[in-house]
Amino acid sequence: MAVDDRFTQDHRDSDPDQPAGTRNEVVTGPVADWATDFSHVEPEWAADPYTIQDDLRQRCPVAHTERFGGAWLPTRYADVAEIAYDTERFSSRSVVMSNFRPPLDLAPMGAIPPISSDPPFHHGARKLLLPVFTRSAVAKREAATRAFCHSLIDSFGDRPVVDAAHDYAQHIPIRVIADMLGFPPEDAPQFKVFIENTLEGVNNPQDERMEAFNQLFDYLYKQIHDHLDDPRDDLTTYLINAELYGHKLQSEHVAGTMALLLIAGIDTTWSAIGASLWHLAKTPADRERLVAEPEMVPTAAEEMLRAYAPVTMARLVKQDMRWRDVDMKAEDWVLLSFPAANRDPAQFDRADEVVIDREVNRHAAFGLGIHRCVGSHLARMELRVALEVWLERIPSFSLDDPSGVTWAKGQVRGPRTLPLRIA
Amino acid sequence: MKAHIDPQRCQGHGRCYTLAPDLFGEDDEGYGTVPGDGVVQPAQVHTARLARSNCPESAIDLSEES
Repeated sequence: MAVDDRFTQDHRDSDPDQPAGTRNEVVTGPVADWATDFSHVEPEWAADPYTIQDDLRQRCPVAHTERFGGAWLPTRYADVAEIAYDTERFSSRSVVMSNFRPPLDLAPMGAIPPISSDPPFHHGARKLLLPVFTRSAVAKREAATRAFCHSLIDSFGDRPVVDAAHDYAQHIPIRVIADMLGFPPEDAPQFKVFIENTLEGVNNPQDERMEAFNQLFDYLYKQIHDHLDDPRDDLTTYLINAELYGHKLQSEHVAGTMALLLIAGIDTTWSAIGASLWHLAKTPADRERLVAEPEMVPTAAEEMLRAYAPVTMARLVKQDMRWRDVDMKAEDWVLLSFPAANRDPAQFDRADEVVIDREVNRHAAFGLGIHRCVGSHLARMELRVALEVWLERIPSFSLDDPSGVTWAKGQVRGPRTLPLRIA
Repeated sequence: MKAHIDPQRCQGHGRCYTLAPDLFGEDDEGYGTVPGDGVVQPAQVHTARLARSNCPESAIDLSEES
């Protein structure tokens, strides 16, 4: 068999000077004023970002921080939407805000296409993925997902208290995406380390982060080589063989998209499932209603996605400009907080309440514009099935220790410890 | 009443074909479509409006026929 020479060297070997890019001083510690010094990785934010963002929306509404080398935080729905639609002035070259800005020449592809890609490159890279993630395509995975959810609950045995984040929510997206990519499910503990480094470790020393990214890509190239030797019907083989404008994808495109699917497919859905179970555990009326009317789960799931939207994205400002009465500088970060947008009273009635049967719900949990979450149909299926199975099997449950619930910091927020009393 | 999707705005969130499956469909990439003539029957008005008001991109138009 002919050797696929795209992968004889990986893309990191070709540039000995990597990592190029810009680093800034890491600033941590208590926030003085959220309007001028915000940080999404401090404990106060992780515990309750909503109060902070509601306050900022009234008095700013675009907050700033010198941390991360300079960043902005719009809090109104209209402002978040405008930035999401404005790919001319806001680049997706890096969508995770940290103390490192990747080199400018990483655009337009970015490290993890297509989420990190700008037009026009973005269009084709996204088009490749769309057919694999349609609602019809992901529906084929529903039966296996449901069976897996049941097996997780079977494994609880007769324990009166379980950690629903650790023992239930996290396993579901890990299994689904590992199946789709064709990765061994027993590698799951490694995926968790990759994710924590990428999303929660943004203030870790940059060399440490780079080393962890290298380990992630080492893992991905190992999987690519395994699939080159043994092609099969999964996303990895699909990406290896895919063509864009008559050419097969560059190695960094294949590996980068795999990294995206692995990282973005897990933490986010895990968070949405966990936050929903947390809400139902502390809100008996909503829980009882869904148990009595399971056909309402899809509607309720949309409201959970609105009220507890797990994902905040980031953009980089392309050029100095005046925007909404603030002076943005080239290379400033902008946090694109879909959670803040989803709680804007100018956009939603009773924005700060969970209205479990909310009929009109034009929320932005999956983003807006060309970067709409490519996995949104998959995430919705997993969230719905995870809730349906849990409510069917465990109709009565409550928070065992409200103070024992911990939340992820950073741009993906959901419970990471969720002790629930189930008997 | 006639349903129409603005393809420039649609990003494939799929709210329309989930909430009003008898009026809207999905194409091979997940974008919303109007498979029939788009005419909204009286019994479909509620779900048609639901689809319109839940589209995150405000891509759905329900125009009154002249």
